Amino acid sequence: MARLHEHQGKNLLAGEKIGIPRGKAARTSSEARKIAEELGGEVVVKGQAWVTGRASRGLIQFADTPEAAAAAASAILGDEIGGFLIDTVLIEEKLNVKQEFYAGVIIDDIAQAPRIIFSSKGGSGVEQIASEYPDAIAQTLVDIQVGFPDYCARDLVRQVGIQGKVQLAMGLLLSRLYTVARNSDARAAEINPVALTEEGKLIAADCRITVDDYAVFRQPGLKIDVAREFDRPPTELERIAWEIEKSDYRGTFYFIQMEQDFKKGDKVIGFHGAGGGGSMMSMDAILNKGYKLANFVDTSGNPPASKVYRAARVILAQGPIDGYFSSGSGVASQEQFHSARGLAKAFLEVPLNVPAVIRLGGNAEDRAIAIMEQVNEALPVPIEAYGKDDSPDFCSTRLDDLLKIFLPIEDTAPPVEKPQPEEPYQFETVSGGTVLFDHAACRKCDTHICIDTCVPEILSLKDNLPVLNISAEDARKGGCIECLACQVECYFGGNQGGYVELPIPGLE
Amino acid sequence: MSILIDEKKTVLVQGITGREGRTRASLMKEYGTDIVAGVTPGKGGQEIIGLPVYDTVLEASEACGKFDISVLFIPAPLVRSAALEAIEAGVKLLVIVPDRVPIYDVLEIARSAKKHKVKFVGPNTLGVLSPGKAVLGMIGGRADSARSWFFPGPVGITSRSGGITSSMAYYLAQEGIGATTLVHVGGDVVVGLPHPEVVKLFEKDPETKAIVMFGEIGGSQEERVADLVESGELTKPIIAFIGGKAAKSGTRFSHAGAIVEGNRGTYEGKVKRLQEVGATVVDAFGDLPHATKSVLMKHGIEL
Repeated sequence: MARLHEHQGKNLLAGEKIGIPRGKAARTSSEARKIAEELGGEVVVKGQAWVTGRASRGLIQFADTPEAAAAAASAILGDEIGGFLIDTVLIEEKLNVKQEFYAGVIIDDIAQAPRIIFSSKGGSGVEQIASEYPDAIAQTLVDIQVGFPDYCARDLVRQVGIQGKVQLAMGLLLSRLYTVARNSDARAAEINPVALTEEGKLIAADCRITVDDYAVFRQPGLKIDVAREFDRPPTELERIAWEIEKSDYRGTFYFIQMEQDFKKGDKVIGFHGAGGGGSMMSMDAILNKGYKLANFVDTSGNPPASKVYRAARVILAQGPIDGYFSSGSGVASQEQFHSARGLAKAFLEVPLNVPAVIRLGGNAEDRAIAIMEQVNEALPVPIEAYGKDDSPDFCSTRLDDLLKIFLPIEDTAPPVEKPQPEEPYQFETVSGGTVLFDHAACRKCDTHICIDTCVPEILSLKDNLPVLNISAEDARKGGCIECLACQVECYFGGNQGGYVELPIPGLE
Repeated sequence: MSILIDEKKTVLVQGITGREGRTRASLMKEYGTDIVAGVTPGKGGQEIIGLPVYDTVLEASEACGKFDISVLFIPAPLVRSAALEAIEAGVKLLVIVPDRVPIYDVLEIARSAKKHKVKFVGPNTLGVLSPGKAVLGMIGGRADSARSWFFPGPVGITSRSGGITSSMAYYLAQEGIGATTLVHVGGDVVVGLPHPEVVKLFEKDPETKAIVMFGEIGGSQEERVADLVESGELTKPIIAFIGGKAAKSGTRFSHAGAIVEGNRGTYEGKVKRLQEVGATVVDAFGDLPHATKSVLMKHGIEL
């Protein structure tokens, strides 16, 4: 889930007329001083970080002068909490709090509806409140077709003894909180505490909103950077991986790094799973042999060969892994030669310089295994491929065996590089790539293997040279599915005239 | 008998003119599914693999009669609209294949489905397959693969992971154990027919004698299945494997649904709860066929 910072959440609340403290976000101590001056009086300086218990970590400090506010900001900015750098503080007026409540909207997956939770006691975690004061909690499910009008909200808070003007105000607040949650596609939106001030106003003293990753595309106003939940900021490679995923909805590519700063011989393996369930089991299989994973990857949901290629390139861009292990569910519905070609292209280009075991079980596994065997012949490192009748454990044992006898090689194979064609023929692809033929080489080819192996059948021979049989426009719009046959099959069975250039922004 | 799908149910494919829709419609038709028509707004009047294409679901039903089932192959942002359309046009079961459907859209679909007494599988589902009868979605990938991998038998299969649905059925088949129906519940947090709902259907199906379940960390589907055993609503034997043992709390391993939140949804919690009510839970995925065979023999269930 993509999380919003407190100040971002509060802006959303204010947009729906929920009271928030007067204040503004600051990124430097001088900005903090200015804001404190504008606010006048005592202020609170709050470090913007996705952690609980900010006060006890010194991330929330009171300041009675603008200078003190600047000093507090200085102390907090640049602090690192759980790997996250605090680059923003929120400077707010200090509230005179008379009473605290809890208000939250969460998605109840069992009821398949939004759930409103309200407590007449706020301030600590809602689970704690629920166990200590069960009678102080009121909840209800929302009929998403109807919404949550303020009169429903008033009847809800009435259940825990809230009456009069506060009931009226709380009813409006809860109803508007639901609107905020709904409009921002929030998995959860919580205000804890809702503060009732001495002046009789309800103010959202804190705010936590997490946004549904799958809805980020329709929430441009939220400016969410990476729609993934990390318990630390994304690494460089994770950002690169996210960029690949963000702009290509065909299949999924999930990548997180697990080990960094490792050396050769640390038994760290590049992991490439396919399919959530299969990936987790395959991960267990390799961990059980005493290895560590450099990363977790899942490419599934029928990814095109180009996505598998890009995933492999990201995996291989990590530090000095000792081996490469790829395995999925074992009985995949998708034709496995797509993955095989993606891996083949990456292995030939980088090139791969450690042993690899690939489990490519499922449809067309024989063809996929044959492709990996061709790559094995072409590189000085062992690459073994297996199918559905070989278990993940068998495959991880094979990698373990290979690694036990493998001596790091001095001379790797020359990497396959983008050619400089004498007679270029090219067209663009949907993910910003280019299919590039050197017709000078094609002229001397006697198999024209690209024609038959092109999965969408968009190539035909004209004057004995491979050309598109659809328009370049149609190819670019997705007619070319980036199956990579015209490079990989051509490399092994043709005259090496075909190449597919696939840019990976950020990866040089 | 099988649940949800057989060769007699009439099926509509929404998004049939897209690449996925067209390929999978082919697979389904070849395997024996009675696909009657397709719908892609704006492409009415075309013909895909011999099937008529209409602009709206209502138009298609007026021409072809009401559909029992609609399978959706549509980009995620457009799923909500297409699903609501199908529900309101009288379709009784939807199979929502696409991934990445926003959660509030799923809630809207769920609300409408409840109102109209409609069931839906997914989103983010590989589909449903009844061996020897028909398939919805893309389990098997190719009709001839599906025919060689799966055969009819006494076990109902329900899985939270797509690839694993086929794997489980394949490895059980290799052990001589066939299946009534394979169901991929879907990888998302909110799905139309989670495990507890699927097992209830298997309980009512006279041909299903036992249930094999692939569970995962996150959510409470497997715990709720255990509740059904405890309450006596589920009497057929269950053999289960829970994936994600190696995942730490708080880490998300790509599956939208497989996130461990606090106490709920842990590997240990699920295993314990299922074992408490007498379900067989295997340690290793590879043990499933053997364990299933033992359970079937113990209960005198013929293969």
